[in-house]
Amino acid sequence: MKALDRKLWRELWQLKGQAIAIALVIVCGVAIHIMFGTTLDALRQTQARYYRDYRFADVFVSLKRAPESLRARIAAIPGVAEVETRVVAPINLEVAGFSEPITGRLISIPDGREPRLNRLYLRQGRLVAADRDDEAIISEAFANAHRLVPGDRLRVVINGRRQILTIVGTALSPEYINQMRPGSLFPDYQRYGVLWMGQRAARVAYGMEGAFNDAVVGLAGARATPEVIDAIDRLLTPYGGLGAYDREDQPSHRFLSEEFNQITLSATLFPTLFLGVAVFLLNVVISRLIGTQRDLIGTLKAFGYGNIAVALHYLKLVMIIVLAGVMVGVFAGAELGRRLSELYMTFFRFPFLDYRLTLSLVLGATLFNFGAAAAGTAFALRAAFALRPAEAMRPEPPTRYRATVVERLGLQRLLSQPSRMILRHIERRPLKSLLTVLGIALACGITMMGRFQEATIEHMLDVHYKLSQREDLAITFVEPTSWQAISSLMELPGVERVEVYRAVPVRLRFQQRSHRTTLKGVPAGGDLQRLLDADLRPLSLPPAGVLLTDYLGELLGVRVGDRLLVEVLEGDRPVREVPVVGLVKEYLGVTGYMDLAGLNRLLREGPTISGAYLAVDERAQPELYRRLSDIPRIAGTAIREQEIRNFHRTMEQTMLFFTFIATVFAVIIAFGVIYNSVRIALTERGRELASLRVLGFTRAEIGYILLGELGLLTLLAIPFGFVVGRGICALFVSGARSELYRIPLIIHPSTYAFAATVVLASALLSGWLVRRKLDRLDLIAVLKTRD
Amino acid sequence: MADRTGHDGLTGEPVFRARGLTKTYGTGEAAVHALRDVDLDILAGEFIVLLGPSGSGKSTLLNILGGLDASTSGDARYRDHQLTGAGEPELTLYRREHVGFVFQFYNLIPSLTARENVALVTEIARNPLAPEDALTLVGLADRMDHFPAQLSGGEQQRVAIARAVAKRPEVLLCDEPTGALDVQTGVRVLAVIDRVNRELGTTTVVITHNAAIAAMADRVIHLSNGLIAHIDHNAWRQAPEEIVW
Repeated sequence: MKALDRKLWRELWQLKGQAIAIALVIVCGVAIHIMFGTTLDALRQTQARYYRDYRFADVFVSLKRAPESLRARIAAIPGVAEVETRVVAPINLEVAGFSEPITGRLISIPDGREPRLNRLYLRQGRLVAADRDDEAIISEAFANAHRLVPGDRLRVVINGRRQILTIVGTALSPEYINQMRPGSLFPDYQRYGVLWMGQRAARVAYGMEGAFNDAVVGLAGARATPEVIDAIDRLLTPYGGLGAYDREDQPSHRFLSEEFNQITLSATLFPTLFLGVAVFLLNVVISRLIGTQRDLIGTLKAFGYGNIAVALHYLKLVMIIVLAGVMVGVFAGAELGRRLSELYMTFFRFPFLDYRLTLSLVLGATLFNFGAAAAGTAFALRAAFALRPAEAMRPEPPTRYRATVVERLGLQRLLSQPSRMILRHIERRPLKSLLTVLGIALACGITMMGRFQEATIEHMLDVHYKLSQREDLAITFVEPTSWQAISSLMELPGVERVEVYRAVPVRLRFQQRSHRTTLKGVPAGGDLQRLLDADLRPLSLPPAGVLLTDYLGELLGVRVGDRLLVEVLEGDRPVREVPVVGLVKEYLGVTGYMDLAGLNRLLREGPTISGAYLAVDERAQPELYRRLSDIPRIAGTAIREQEIRNFHRTMEQTMLFFTFIATVFAVIIAFGVIYNSVRIALTERGRELASLRVLGFTRAEIGYILLGELGLLTLLAIPFGFVVGRGICALFVSGARSELYRIPLIIHPSTYAFAATVVLASALLSGWLVRRKLDRLDLIAVLKTRD
Repeated sequence: MADRTGHDGLTGEPVFRARGLTKTYGTGEAAVHALRDVDLDILAGEFIVLLGPSGSGKSTLLNILGGLDASTSGDARYRDHQLTGAGEPELTLYRREHVGFVFQFYNLIPSLTARENVALVTEIARNPLAPEDALTLVGLADRMDHFPAQLSGGEQQRVAIARAVAKRPEVLLCDEPTGALDVQTGVRVLAVIDRVNRELGTTTVVITHNAAIAAMADRVIHLSNGLIAHIDHNAWRQAPEEIVW
């Protein structure tokens, strides 16, 4: 081995503490990059393959009832390649030993063949037999939630009639990658299930002989979508068509797109920040490290080593550290990515996962880090090379210190000699001090980013479920019902209060923009469902006009006073112009609201409702649930407590997993930054400090001089870090807004406290580690040699 | 008129040839004139001592001759190499091929053993001594695998000399080689330098502010205030062992 390489390995060994700290910072940056990169890649690839292989439909439409003969007319629409007509019905399910209401959806599949669109991925068992009317396939998620297997029996209430079905298979469908009850925000596989039956049996059960109430369409080319949708709507409106829509409005796909957008945001923001911070630190640390070797560089050059040879030598040293960091980072990132993808798999019901670590991701991370390290090395070497060897070998000329601002203000009497040294040193090298402060502030900031969401999510929940949605139970009817249903609901056991609502699917239009959503009529002065203003105070509902979720207002670009075009997608499909009379603060979902009677008037219908919110006496719940499942008109029941739990579980499974990882990494980075800062300071100033020891300063005093500077810079960095952290959180929050949810920028004091604690603890630990080195400073060496 | 270069009466081929060499640090009122218009020839095989107080320009002159520093104006050549105005790559090559350095504070690489410190130079030299031979030459055959921190100051300086001579340089430039050493150790170090000069015929320039060392030299160049004050020719060279200071 060459002498120069020996120098390299020995010095690497001497620098091991710092080298590990630098490598760890790189590990964190790279691992986050790989984790998100692979996860996003896996989800996108998996979705694409699933859609392709299982023929996810392009256009979807529900209607009241149309004769089967209409199928050929839909198929004849130009651009339509394939049509499947089906019966889709709301059902109630009963599973032995589970007392809470379970609702679900029945979908018919062709008898004796696979559906051509939205094909089922059979996980277990088989398709239903063509001649059997008592067989069903259930969704895998539901089967797993209740441990149901083929051969088990299930009681199902279809159209008010209780039937006993035998499960013959469990399956997944590209239509239900996101499988949740309409109106819910998060999946609940125990209380919502999808069930497939043969076409003939389903028609009989739902009273749809010779007819269908749902169709899915495959297109020959995606371009003709709007024309096809118009043609289908023209064809089906007489049959109670609810408006055809494409994939963008298909609930599962829409949810998936929103979620993917969120993940994309995280997958961009987190790695950029972490990799950015890591690379910044790498650059700073490397250049300072090389700076401390200035005299050795001069010596090497004096003996005839050229700039390139010296540069390569240092580049090798740096690259070994970087390579180690990148390798561990890729490995850790791939493992974390696999876990995160698998977490998402429980959330998105994909039958398989196309997970792989792509070369481009690894190369990207590698080049980014190598580039940064090389830049840091070059920057430091440039300074060393600019000097003639004679100059480089000389000790650096005494720095021109001067009285600090504090001293010029005449306050020097307040400061001890060591304190003055600290202040002068910081002031003398403002750039280095600034970089140190910036490094610590960044570390502080990313620590906050990982943490703040947890407290914020609690706040979102409180607002949504304590201030706004205050019912115990939400009920939706199969179809709009008369107000008289209130009295029968009031008679149910344990029901203390009933508030009804009307919900209609609508497309809201304002100028060029439109959004498909629900328009909800609620009674003024309701207590169970309250609308909140921007300050979270209950709003009074005017008798006419529409209120929009604030985010929906933004999506449509409307302001209070604008007139909105409401296209009702139900019944006679009227189109009306309605003024926007207010905006509602909501963190979850997007909806339009009207006064209940006002909405009934708008729809030119009598007193009609779609569902009700109930306040219920807890003790009567089991009896209530039993009675509810016997009422055929009830399509869905949502228990608020359960919704909150689902929300928590979903958040914990996904977001909190990576925020936890991010927090751990941020802590490592914080430590890496601070430890390196103080270690380099020790290298730079070791001789000076040893000289002070020789002059009679105690260990505590020189410890104070070195660590006091670190302490002061750390304390300066923390408030700056809070600002950085708040900025990062604001960036995340503004990017993460979607129609599913908006995270408010609320940074709980505990988040600030946590970040400050992490920084201070890192500083203390680094200080302690360096203090031990300070105690072992070689005083004799100082006396023997120059400087 | 006497030749300003001071080698009148000496014969031999000049290795170094400096004319009007000037070095100024800083500008304006703060300017420091380290060298002022120095003319000097150094002949092959000569043992030169540069003598003078601190700040007299000794180190600056040595550094310019060694290609470690650049002059502000004037002309310096090594044989057919133009040193003034040469670029960094040329100077690097010049140092690599022709010059051995010994510094006051040894400048050993702390992470390398004595043998490896020497190897650091022999690995890039054309026709070097084996590191072991070079260390034997300076009397350190039994300390080859020690790290600098495990060696005394004198031993460290002898490693530095071994490192400087191992490439068989044509010139050996020593900046205060005994400056950090006690008398006895200093004498041993000087003896090694003397031996290299006599046995290998290496042109040697030694900086010192210790007048006693001057007796070892062929010529003693006295510098003062950036100028050559005067040059002494020694009729005979005293052996290092006889030097007393």
